[in-house]
Amino acid sequence: MTMPAANAAPGRFGPYGGQYVPETLMPCLRELEAVWLAARADPAFLAELAALQADYSGRPTPLYRARRFEAACGARARVWLKREDLNHTGAHKINNCLGQVLLAQRMGKARLIAETGAGQHGVATATVAALAGLRCTVYMGEVDMRRQEPNVRRMRLLGAEVVPVLSGARTLKDATSEAIRDWVTNVADSHYIIGSTVGPHPYPTMVRDFQAVIGIEARRQVLEKEGRLPDAAIACVGGGSNAAGLFAGFVDDPVALYGVEAGGGAQGHSAALALGSPGVLHGSLSYLLQDEHGQVVPAHSIAAGLDYPGVGPEHSFLKDTGRVTYDKVDDDEALAAFGDLCRLEGIIPALESSHALAFCRRLLGDEAACAKLVATRAAGPDAGPLVVVVNLSGRGDKDMHGDAGDQANGGAHGQAR
Amino acid sequence: MGRLGELTHALRAAGARPVVPFVTAGFPDDAACRGALRGAREAGCRLVEIGVPFSDPVADGPVIQAASQRALLQGMTPARALDLAAWARRELDLTVVLMGYLNPVLRMGGERFADACAAAGVAGLIVPDLPVDEAAGLRAPLRAAGVDLVSLVAPTTDAARLRLHAAHAAGFLYLVSTTGVTGTGAGAGDDLEAYVARVRAACALPLYVGFGVGTAAQAARVARCADGAIVGSALLRRLEGIDDEAAARTATASFIGELAAAMAAAGDAAGKGDRS
Repeated sequence: MTMPAANAAPGRFGPYGGQYVPETLMPCLRELEAVWLAARADPAFLAELAALQADYSGRPTPLYRARRFEAACGARARVWLKREDLNHTGAHKINNCLGQVLLAQRMGKARLIAETGAGQHGVATATVAALAGLRCTVYMGEVDMRRQEPNVRRMRLLGAEVVPVLSGARTLKDATSEAIRDWVTNVADSHYIIGSTVGPHPYPTMVRDFQAVIGIEARRQVLEKEGRLPDAAIACVGGGSNAAGLFAGFVDDPVALYGVEAGGGAQGHSAALALGSPGVLHGSLSYLLQDEHGQVVPAHSIAAGLDYPGVGPEHSFLKDTGRVTYDKVDDDEALAAFGDLCRLEGIIPALESSHALAFCRRLLGDEAACAKLVATRAAGPDAGPLVVVVNLSGRGDKDMHGDAGDQANGGAHGQAR
Repeated sequence: MGRLGELTHALRAAGARPVVPFVTAGFPDDAACRGALRGAREAGCRLVEIGVPFSDPVADGPVIQAASQRALLQGMTPARALDLAAWARRELDLTVVLMGYLNPVLRMGGERFADACAAAGVAGLIVPDLPVDEAAGLRAPLRAAGVDLVSLVAPTTDAARLRLHAAHAAGFLYLVSTTGVTGTGAGAGDDLEAYVARVRAACALPLYVGFGVGTAAQAARVARCADGAIVGSALLRRLEGIDDEAAARTATASFIGELAAAMAAAGDAAGKGDRS
């Protein structure tokens, strides 16, 4: 596999990023950075990773044209879904875990630690731990253990210890804090696989690089199928790893990029970029939901994987530079898109990915916005219908027992419950 | 040298091995917290650490997490923690070191926070999630305001990083006793003495050991090799459930007094050993 060019200033994206962690972890972060920099330039490492991606995870994942979904969106575009849901373990999270477990082995670590929200990253970490013969502990908020119960069972089946987190809002933020505490305590023998492009340097860069395979493949595939680059690429953003991976393929091209945060509902939201302000949480400076005293405000989303008050530092930089447009989609819109894809395409998307689908539908339903995209696109106004790539970052089987299952069974949200 | 460094050097020169109590501002409640500080003064403490509660304290174990959460629910803020520090300085003549995570400091702004510390008479600041490599931006305004930014070193800190700490640290050097979070360690690793000796060879500042020091025996062991001990979770555990000033005062004076006596005895013995 190929890796994107290194950042100009290691660990910083403009003012964002950094290493705001207890001293105990600093030597370990230095070691991880050195091992990672050596590995990303080592053909043997890249070949081993590429083989696992192909033979274990099933890459390349397909780029599929969702014709009935695009018709329902108003037939203004050809919509291509990057099928990360078809990866082994059912989401893009495995891309990062395969890379990091190889690094953990190079560092001689005997144990993996992970945090998880939706459970997809926890399942992916438990999976690579089994593959490598390492012990594995996954921290998961008690609320998330209930709403993503199938994934808890999967992790335990794979041999991982799942530790319920009872502090704070009992969701992803609290699971991350608890994973960091475990890591501080067991740093000598344990590697912490952060599941998103968050945390102290080198994680945001390293996780993006492992996820860049999404965008690199999607770019090649859309060129094969359309003969040109897409006009827009869309991904959901919690911590932001699937978006960082997709955008990595197109950030240097004239392609409009959209990151979609969780607008939540009456209980709150998770839109750190849209509604937060810069602050430090979990090791890096980035946009953050906080109060006037600098206390972190609990997030909310129906999608456990987006239910996080922070966001990766590179997304903060891409927001400030204007290279990526960030917007938000609320719980109900995401549930409606979830139902659409189930019924129109026979694909059950994760609730997280449903936010990207909902935004796609909103964008394509906006005649003026589409006209503007056509008028300003690099391909020119006469290049035919819009071409849009949406990252279908994960599958939704995990969501079947909750609100999403009710929605899918009952048609419009809330009916026939 | 700042006021904190002057005090810690003077204490070392006098052969004292102070115990430094840590309280979370506003825990168990405002009155009991003040009572605990009074109790510390009664036990002979000159130096105390006051924690500014934060919603996501990643370096803290369950006791300080719970204390922080409770204080926040009761309305504690950085500004009110600074008021408490000013009170301890004014009423009890205590030298106060604040411990606070970075985000509330950033939210107030580095310069504003430094000025507020100076106005409250705070002598030093400890920021557990601000490693020495990232600290330049905060160190400068603190120095200008006469407040020492205290550096934390850990058992994992290697020789190269120790030199970095020695070049920048002020007030005292905070030795995290074990790899782990506050309050859960065994008090000190098997090799505490070797660890302290290794740090002492690299840094001339007084060395204070914290994280998991909570019994008289542990405090005495610290007194035999280092210059002071910081006691947080073990004290907060004794304050849990107390809701009046007098009880908090008595509980703190008794517990900290016990540790101080153990440290003094051990320190005297060690001092005699040095001279023989």
